[in-house]
Amino acid sequence: MTRSLARGILAGAIACGLLGFGAVQAAAKDSLTLAMPLEPPHLDPTAGAAAAIDEVVYANIFEGLTRIDSSGTVQPALAESWSVSGDGLTYTFALRSGVTFHDGTGLDSGDVKFSLDRAMAEDSTNAQKGLFGAIAEVAAPDAGTVVITLKQPAGNLLFNLGWGDAVIVAPESAGTNKSQPVGTGPFAFERWVKGDRVEMVRNDSYWGRPAKLAKATIKIIPDPAAATAAMLAGDIDAYANFPAPEALAQFEADPRFKVVIGSTEGETILAINNARGPLSDLRVRRALSHAVDRQAVIDGAMFGYGTPIGTHFAPHHPAYVDLTASYAYDPAKAKALLAEAGYAEGLKLSLKLPPPSYARRGGEIIAAQLAAVGVETEISQVEWAQWLEQVFRGTDYDLTIVSHTEPMDIGIYGRETYYFNYQDADFKALMAKLNATVDEGARYGLLADAQKKLSDDAVNVFLFQLAKHGVWNKDVIGLWENSPVQANDLTAVYWQ
Amino acid sequence: MIGLAVTLVLVAVALLSLVWTPYPIAVIDVPGKLQPPSAEHWLGTDQFGRDVLSRIMAGAVNSIAVSLVAVGIGAGIGVPLGALAAARRGLVEEVVMRFNDFTFAFPALLSAVMITALFGPGAVNAIVAIGIFNIPVFARLTRGAALSLWQRDFVLAARVAGRGRTRITLDHILPNIASLLIVQMTIQFALAILAEAGLSYLGLGTQPPNPSWGKMLNEAQTLMFLAPQLAVFPGLAIMITVLGLNLLGDGLRDLLDPRLRRLR
Repeated sequence: MTRSLARGILAGAIACGLLGFGAVQAAAKDSLTLAMPLEPPHLDPTAGAAAAIDEVVYANIFEGLTRIDSSGTVQPALAESWSVSGDGLTYTFALRSGVTFHDGTGLDSGDVKFSLDRAMAEDSTNAQKGLFGAIAEVAAPDAGTVVITLKQPAGNLLFNLGWGDAVIVAPESAGTNKSQPVGTGPFAFERWVKGDRVEMVRNDSYWGRPAKLAKATIKIIPDPAAATAAMLAGDIDAYANFPAPEALAQFEADPRFKVVIGSTEGETILAINNARGPLSDLRVRRALSHAVDRQAVIDGAMFGYGTPIGTHFAPHHPAYVDLTASYAYDPAKAKALLAEAGYAEGLKLSLKLPPPSYARRGGEIIAAQLAAVGVETEISQVEWAQWLEQVFRGTDYDLTIVSHTEPMDIGIYGRETYYFNYQDADFKALMAKLNATVDEGARYGLLADAQKKLSDDAVNVFLFQLAKHGVWNKDVIGLWENSPVQANDLTAVYWQ
Repeated sequence: MIGLAVTLVLVAVALLSLVWTPYPIAVIDVPGKLQPPSAEHWLGTDQFGRDVLSRIMAGAVNSIAVSLVAVGIGAGIGVPLGALAAARRGLVEEVVMRFNDFTFAFPALLSAVMITALFGPGAVNAIVAIGIFNIPVFARLTRGAALSLWQRDFVLAARVAGRGRTRITLDHILPNIASLLIVQMTIQFALAILAEAGLSYLGLGTQPPNPSWGKMLNEAQTLMFLAPQLAVFPGLAIMITVLGLNLLGDGLRDLLDPRLRRLR
């Protein structure tokens, strides 16, 4: 370290001394252009489900009481510290002092109370209201203290408060955050050129360690071919999650780039409409699970990047149970199960595929695998807007492929209405018990039960955990290798 | 002649693919993906290990079927409308032709995108979309050609003899403009193949796993650096087909147009 530093200084000195203008080159670059595939519909993380919103603003523009770091652990953010009462029902947060929003107004406990009350309200448009389900009341006894009282103990409260959906906003700017986000983060929003990019500049009055980049641009490049070209041309410095895994080999071979394969929270599933005719039959769903060769899907659609899963849970999580063996690839068994359910002569199902390549390519492979056991699929390729409308909200589908990228989202199977139409009282009871359990060991036990339950019921065909294909310039340091939350945290990024 | 030969080969390949292709078109073999052209796979394999030659052959059926029906819709509706406008004149003509102008005013591909967005992607909707935009082409052509015929002496004679307008249209007008329509059909056929490929390229036409040249091009796009041949072969197939049909159209025009025949 010291040697290389000394050598660097020496080299710099020689360069400056001999060339005079060497100093220009030695000055580190302080702006970064990061690309992502989807444009956010708006920029208010407290009012939308789109992952793209968090991927722009989380930790950059907006912060919550806590934050989730690159390893997925909870860290203090706007709350400097907290204490929990003995019964686990009262959380007292001490707010950091001297925090200001980008518009100059100061942060106090009133803003926190406002933000949380707004997110929990009856008419709230928050996409993850479930995060706040355990909260009974938020109180602000003085400017620097927030007290959250719970209805029942909630083991994951601190984690939940670190989500993008739980960030703290100011009452003055809450209404306009969609187009003009005002937060407390290390970067302040500058402008949004719709369809092209979002620009942010360093917030010089940031409470914590200031960002190293003076300017960050997030560019929207949905087309994988265009992304490859932009990367090769140097128009973008980094692509946090490259949409075309087939192009990675090419970047790996190029010394200008670094390819980092990390983990994401993206459980990629062949989602089944459990309420639809033949699909409500457990035997049919199990047959589908046996009919799919996960490794072939990973190899064919993702060029080998991805980890097979047997349930809706991230393999890198300590509570993960490997259930991939429960439904080994076995076309004969699938056929037998279908025959047993009365579909010996086959079955016709619709398969709706959103744009990402895991869905479009994976869909074709799965369709061929299902055809081999007599399940005929009618594929239709849909855009995201149509997918959200028809599949997610309208539940008008038989099968679809999608990646659930929220962290710790097994709870979606316990929701009253969700597009899988999986209604199981036992699972709901399990989730209620989990929410009320604080002890980590007991929680892991319940999580294991929940994973097994989903696998037993073959709710969906669990395919693989999406890998994060990071591609960036080799001189860029500090980007997240993994995606424990939907975020592109640029706080610590710099050029070497 | 070349045009006729190319078109016949295309049709022959398409018919052949209905009963035989070198490999089954829908069977996926992931370990054998992205092979370069070889003795076993003449044009290599695609990203799922499917034989490209087989898929191009089957894609020909798709292109021909979509285009045939689309041109059929265009001519089937457009020609009667045009003939009606020429026979009736007056208000009927105004209404028909303004409606045509309205349809014509939208760029065809854009409107096709709109239709498939409204009614969902799929081969049938692509056919309808392409068909609708063939209507004004045939309506205008028919009306223009028919109008000049209505002034001719033999038509006037037929009218004096008390023949009805429908009768005259069927007996005298349509047979005399048939050659013109046939030439236009070959040209529209080529355009329809291009339009289908364009829609499928955008994911709005033929849905997987059915092969379509446009879709094959789309899939090849991100694989350009790994397997450029995947983009070349369907591209060549489209180019040769469209070129062949255009040459055929030219040839037919030379053959059927009496004025050009006299010049020769």
